[in-house]
Amino acid sequence: MSQKEIEIILARHLASYLAMPILIVDTEGTLLYYNEPAEEILGMRYTDTGEMRASEWGVLFKPTSDEGEPLAPERLPLVVALAERQPARGSFWIRGLDNVLRHIDIAAFPLVGQADRYLGALAMFWEVEL
Amino acid sequence: MMSVTLWGTRGSLAAPGPETARYGGNTSCVAVEGRLGSVLVLDAGTGVRRLGVSLPTSLKRVDILLTHLHMDHIIGLGFFALLRREGVDVHIWGPTSTTLSLRSRLNRYLSPPLFPVFLRDLEAQVTFHEVPAGHFEIGEFEITSALVCHPDPTVGYRVCSDGAVLTYLPDHEPALGSMQFPLSDDWTSGHALAAGADLLIHDAQYNREEYEARVGWGHSSFDQAFAFAALTEVKHFVPFHHDPSHSDDELDFWITEATAAIRPLFAVTPGIEGTKFALGR
Repeated sequence: MSQKEIEIILARHLASYLAMPILIVDTEGTLLYYNEPAEEILGMRYTDTGEMRASEWGVLFKPTSDEGEPLAPERLPLVVALAERQPARGSFWIRGLDNVLRHIDIAAFPLVGQADRYLGALAMFWEVEL
Repeated sequence: MMSVTLWGTRGSLAAPGPETARYGGNTSCVAVEGRLGSVLVLDAGTGVRRLGVSLPTSLKRVDILLTHLHMDHIIGLGFFALLRREGVDVHIWGPTSTTLSLRSRLNRYLSPPLFPVFLRDLEAQVTFHEVPAGHFEIGEFEITSALVCHPDPTVGYRVCSDGAVLTYLPDHEPALGSMQFPLSDDWTSGHALAAGADLLIHDAQYNREEYEARVGWGHSSFDQAFAFAALTEVKHFVPFHHDPSHSDDELDFWITEATAAIRPLFAVTPGIEGTKFALGR
């Protein structure tokens, strides 16, 4: 497996110290890392899953709107940040692998390194009370 | 064959004096000479002054590869003899920034009031190249540059020629933020540059206690540097960028202690000014 770019490595280290749930994906949408607070919400552990391709993790959590309608992947903030290279924010429902339904708010932004190297995206999310 | 000479092995600040006479007090500078006579200069600390006067007057091109622009790595530039020679092409490679060009940032030092001579007034023809540039070639050398973990944009270099690999990571804190260092290969800063190198010149600025008080300053402890060398499976390791407060006797002790504790499979040669290495065919 090839070495990650330094900005991605530092983002992981930062995420590992923060109490906010964080996901980091590469330019292909592969889930490179999620921290312990994210594990709590997603209901799975990074040490168990390792990296996951977008096709794997994108369908795991069954995101739905407030009305209970399935959300198309292209509406998810992390996907928007990746595709459009712009910050994106949104809130919706997910069901983690622990089968708990949670309402979450997500802010995602693209990761652009030195020399305009596009590296992926990072999402921070919170479980919110309605 | 690639000939590698250490002209400055000290970190942060030049440290001349009787207690550092054996390891040397000059800051980072390593010369690499190729089979066909191409010359690379890795960083331009105070060691570059003596290197400059040792180079033949027949040399018409030299490439200076800067890892970053902290003063201990550029302070010798104004005293590099080839920059004062007409008819010489000096190519300076260094990390890009999001705002200013490499030339503009070096001008901050090479101009009054910090330095009496402007960069533009030097006699040599100077060309600037911004890195990381992925893979590029200089003469008989194939070079890879990549950003590594150190405050402010900093790159490391992997230099290949004649079947040999030299990796130069003088300022590097791969353990930063890592709760269990080393992590796997793919999550370790600098791994791709150093993997399997014949010679690794790597930051080993602190002892264990010093590192604990200086986390995030961009440097490694002896233990971490040895662990990085082991993880990357290099063949020969040179602890480098010695703290200016460390005496020759202290460096002997800590390098010997780390070698004994880790019992590495690779050779270890302390970064002593004047040491030469011959790599490759």
